[in-house]
Amino acid sequence: MRRRLLNWVLGVGSVVAFVGALVMVFLYAPREATMGEIQRIFYFHVASAWVGFFGFFITFVSGALFLARSERRWDILGLSSAEVGLAFITMVLITGSLWARPVWGTFWTWEPRLTISAVQWLLYVAYVMLRTSTTSQERVARFAAVYGIVAFVTVPLSWFAIRWWRTIHPQILAGGEMALTPRMLQTLLVSLAAFTLVYATLVRQRVHLEEARDRLAGLQAG
Amino acid sequence: MRTQNWARQVWAIVVKDIAAELHTREILSAMFVFAVTAMLTFSFALDLRGAVGRDAAPGVVWTTIAFAGTLGLSRSLAREQQTGGIAGLLLAAGDRTVIFFGKSLGNTAMLLILEIALLPLGTVLFDANLLRPEIVLVVILGTIGYAVAGTLLAAIAVNTRAREVMLPILLLPLIVPLMIPAVQATAGLLEGLALAEVNNWMRVLVVYDLLIVAVAMLTFEYVIEA
Repeated sequence: MRRRLLNWVLGVGSVVAFVGALVMVFLYAPREATMGEIQRIFYFHVASAWVGFFGFFITFVSGALFLARSERRWDILGLSSAEVGLAFITMVLITGSLWARPVWGTFWTWEPRLTISAVQWLLYVAYVMLRTSTTSQERVARFAAVYGIVAFVTVPLSWFAIRWWRTIHPQILAGGEMALTPRMLQTLLVSLAAFTLVYATLVRQRVHLEEARDRLAGLQAG
Repeated sequence: MRTQNWARQVWAIVVKDIAAELHTREILSAMFVFAVTAMLTFSFALDLRGAVGRDAAPGVVWTTIAFAGTLGLSRSLAREQQTGGIAGLLLAAGDRTVIFFGKSLGNTAMLLILEIALLPLGTVLFDANLLRPEIVLVVILGTIGYAVAGTLLAAIAVNTRAREVMLPILLLPLIVPLMIPAVQATAGLLEGLALAEVNNWMRVLVVYDLLIVAVAMLTFEYVIEA
């Protein structure tokens, strides 16, 4: 009963927050002076990036918990978070390219944040491929947990290594190229909240799906 | 006494690996031939003559090491699995740290032997002095991190269906923070900079080595299996 309620709350909450974020992005946030309308992609771009990295963090934590406790639920959470995170990191790359074309004059450039997103994307893809590469569920869980941990801890170092190349990415917090007005900041915060809710909803559904698969396998075996 | 015994067991695995390799020479020769082919292909594809070749040399050499390395790592672990070597080692050593560090050291040695051949070859092909002692130091630091990360992931990959295909997919994105400083430090030293001037990159290399050894120590017992 409580489970149903939470599903419902998460689902409705995601829809409301997402519609709210859309309205704010297009109607509430002011038009950016130099970049124009294209700047509006920024709100969802940053929100996807946040969720993508957060998803990887959850996979890392689940991996550690799985190795420590060998409980199937941590494996399921790690798997779900990685799959959903992969979708969001993919969105980061797509929205980033769409934005970069008019603003930087190119779809892709080897700028630190782009490069680290690409590396992160590859790590996610490798994780998901690893999960399908053997049939033994127990073995896959162990391997994926180890890979999730190793991949996550190398990301900060990748970040430093890549960062020492030139950067042309807008520095939001350092007050560089793009200055955020209060309305822009509010829109960004609502987008972040909306995307986090969508992430939570999707992960929860994915976890349920995996649990249903386990039950089905149990019934077939029994 | 215990550490002495531990070190002796690790050493025994390294000696076993080297002896097995000297007996068949299958891994080293395959890696070497592949590496030469890769370097030549790079030269044709990028038209690496004169100054262009010198500029590209660090990248070409490191890429070649990384690609050839995945071949060697795959074979090294696959050989253990096919011959039941890991099962035997588990029975004999009992301690998984011994097996992991033995295999990591053995793989490091194998890669260093490959590099002993590659660096002079690169020096000749690209007219770049890759034999500077400082560059050799960079190569050794890079190889340690690569071999440890590679051994951990090869132990995973060898138990998957796709095996040799799986290893590069898993390993290459993970060694980005190793490849960048290794290439940058090598390039800087090739341009004649002093070791102190590429200090930042050297530090990243050392941090990567320490980090990957630490993570491997915490996780490898979950991937070594018979």
